[in-house]
Amino acid sequence: MCLAIPAQICELLDDHLQLAVVDILGVRRKVSVQLLQADPPRPGDWVLIHVGFAMSKISGERAAEQLELLRQLGEAGAAQEEAGGYQVAADE
Amino acid sequence: MAQSLMNKTPGGGSTAFHDKQISMAHGAGGEASRRLVEELIRPLLANDWLNPLGDAAVLPAQSGRLAVTTDSFVVQPLRFPGGSIGELAINGTVNDLAVSGAKPIAITASLILEAGLPTEILRQEITAMAAAAGHLGLPVVAGDTKVVEHGKADGLYICTTGLGAIHPRAELRADRVCPGDRVLLSGPIGNHGMAIMLARAELDIEADIRSDTRPLAAMTEALLETCGAGVKWMRDATRGGAATVLNELARDARMTVVIDEEAVPLDDAVRGACELLGLDPLQVANEGQFVAVVREEVAAQALETLRNTPGGERACLLGEVRKGSLSRVLARASYGGVRVVDMLIGDPLPRIC
Amino acid sequence: MKYVDEFRDPALLRKALAEIRSLVEPGRTHRLMEVCGGHTHAIFRFGLKELLPPEIELIHGPGCPVCVLPMGRIDDGLELANDPECIFTAFGDMMRVPGSQGSPLESKARGADVRIVYSPLDALRIAQQNPERRVVFFAIGFETTAPSTALTLLRARELGVMNFSVFSNHVTVIPAIRAILDSPDMRLDGFIGPGHVSTVIGCRPYEFIARDYRCPIVVSGFEPADILQSIVMILRQLRAGESKVENQYGRVVPWAGNLPALKALAEVFEVRPHFEWRGLGFISQSALRIRESFAAWDAEKVMPIRGVCVADPKAAQCGEVLKGVLKPHECKLFGVECTPERPIGALMVSSEGACAAHFKYGQTRLPIVTT
Repeated sequence: MCLAIPAQICELLDDHLQLAVVDILGVRRKVSVQLLQADPPRPGDWVLIHVGFAMSKISGERAAEQLELLRQLGEAGAAQEEAGGYQVAADE
Repeated sequence: MAQSLMNKTPGGGSTAFHDKQISMAHGAGGEASRRLVEELIRPLLANDWLNPLGDAAVLPAQSGRLAVTTDSFVVQPLRFPGGSIGELAINGTVNDLAVSGAKPIAITASLILEAGLPTEILRQEITAMAAAAGHLGLPVVAGDTKVVEHGKADGLYICTTGLGAIHPRAELRADRVCPGDRVLLSGPIGNHGMAIMLARAELDIEADIRSDTRPLAAMTEALLETCGAGVKWMRDATRGGAATVLNELARDARMTVVIDEEAVPLDDAVRGACELLGLDPLQVANEGQFVAVVREEVAAQALETLRNTPGGERACLLGEVRKGSLSRVLARASYGGVRVVDMLIGDPLPRIC
Repeated sequence: MKYVDEFRDPALLRKALAEIRSLVEPGRTHRLMEVCGGHTHAIFRFGLKELLPPEIELIHGPGCPVCVLPMGRIDDGLELANDPECIFTAFGDMMRVPGSQGSPLESKARGADVRIVYSPLDALRIAQQNPERRVVFFAIGFETTAPSTALTLLRARELGVMNFSVFSNHVTVIPAIRAILDSPDMRLDGFIGPGHVSTVIGCRPYEFIARDYRCPIVVSGFEPADILQSIVMILRQLRAGESKVENQYGRVVPWAGNLPALKALAEVFEVRPHFEWRGLGFISQSALRIRESFAAWDAEKVMPIRGVCVADPKAAQCGEVLKGVLKPHECKLFGVECTPERPIGALMVSSEGACAAHFKYGQTRLPIVTT
């Protein structure tokens, strides 16, 4: 379930209605930031949006940590694979 | 046109059309119909074949093979970022001829008008048709108008027939496609469908996405000039997107088509809108892109030809054709992942799950 | 696209796959269930199944809120749509789902005013713009989506928009997972946990899975690197003989969940004693209904809803596929009578239904060959 995508806050709109404009590769939409009222986002912040609501802020640090963990995976195995290369086999 | 009013000066010069909107009378075949054709339509489309307003246009004899295509244009809204129904009607018909290897030589237009349609809108669309056709030196040689009751026809439907002269070196047939042939795409996909979706739906999304409606004739002709029979098959990607066209190729050629996921050209805003709505850009409609299948040996030359033709700067090598009994389209990613690219079922619908 | 493309980096995916290959026990099958339909979709979309070693078997769970909706609920919703005064609004996902009398799109073709909305707030706006009509929002989704409905109802009450009502078909994920775990025909080694539901409920609700059923569960993101990393984490737990809840999707999922979302849910919704899940039968405490205090906006209170009960076509095996007992292509109707074009069950309509995903993206049967 739940198609939710990262978007960047470009403008905060309305204090009472708690709306903001987000940008995804130049596409803009108004979303509600009511769910983030405990730690309201600011322009430039990245949030996860779903059905017109910002669900969560995206942490750049956690993302970077994760990517670093991924980079450290399979060191031995990966070297072997990369030397070999991949090829999609013929379809029957 | 139904009327044959040979005593009128060809090309019009009669008084301008003053009716503010279209009514049933304009389709009844009498005086109002005559005024609509002579005072509004003919002056905007004027050419030697249309002007006599005979029951048929008489064209000079053609040598060589002829291509004929017919098409209908039904779009809401009538005007959208990047174009309008009139432009679509001309370009869409031209493109069907172009991918058949034909240079367009004549086009007809049949208009179904909704009673109540403001004249200004009709005038704008005929003007758009005239501009799109005039750009190519293409005459609208015959036409028809009908009016239906208010509530039908969404304002305006346009039906066309296009006639083209097939390039002497064109041999375009699915049965010529063989394993190893390369698949080319003329440029970025998804622009038209997303422009329409955003202009129409209550999705409340703002994006600078414009329809890619344009004639493809220059590119297809350039391809045939340089590669001749090395071009095996072409088709323009319209409703259903590139995915539908690639699946038609796979099915008609009885081969498997493999494309590179990362090779698909996509404007940022189209990608953003598709990600937001959960759509696959390969399934979103286009009005100015085509797929060509060429022999492996001429692929590099074909690509260069397209890139050197105005409008073809973002043409790309999409993938290749392989032997395969399942006649389907596969997309491979550089990490090795492979997925099936399916044909569209109905219109693309936004999803939240 | 930031926070997306980095997690599709081919180099990282190759590393993760290499790590997975080094972690599996040769000859042993590790049965992992991805609960969430979004993960099912992603697995097929990125061709991950064929890249994983044969020791990994992915079982598709029931986390597709469209797929688990009994046909009767759709019929009820469409009866509302047939009222000329009514504007029926729903997410695009619902539009082609077949009830016993057809789908919302088919009702639209017969003249019903059926509209797609991206957000429940859009449905509320339609109600404000059409005061003389009654706007019904057919609400679906798990805990990811329910808070949006809750906030919309709070806004409707605040603005006094009385011609707006919600037909709530929200379901909750924990009872479904428990039903799977308690099912005698299931044997699972680990869970790829729902990522976006967890942005709302956090990770604590899953603790019973690790503690009482000794099953590792890793809350996972949706990009291919996320899913593969989650599988690595599950395999490491299995190797170490551990079972715990881990959060792979830390860049987005807070361990404690989203407090404003949970508060809104508690204020607007209450748990139904039981709710019928297509294919899983009645599950206690597994769905949300609108509280009495919001009765004026509850379609089940203000509109005539019959509450029809429609049995699935006998030959359809949606239930077994939903539970992960059968693979989609093992259902007798798969690909023949039941296709995305002519779906019989919701699993074939929903883009994240196991059957649709398998039909559209799967069956690639392309071994990756190292040269």
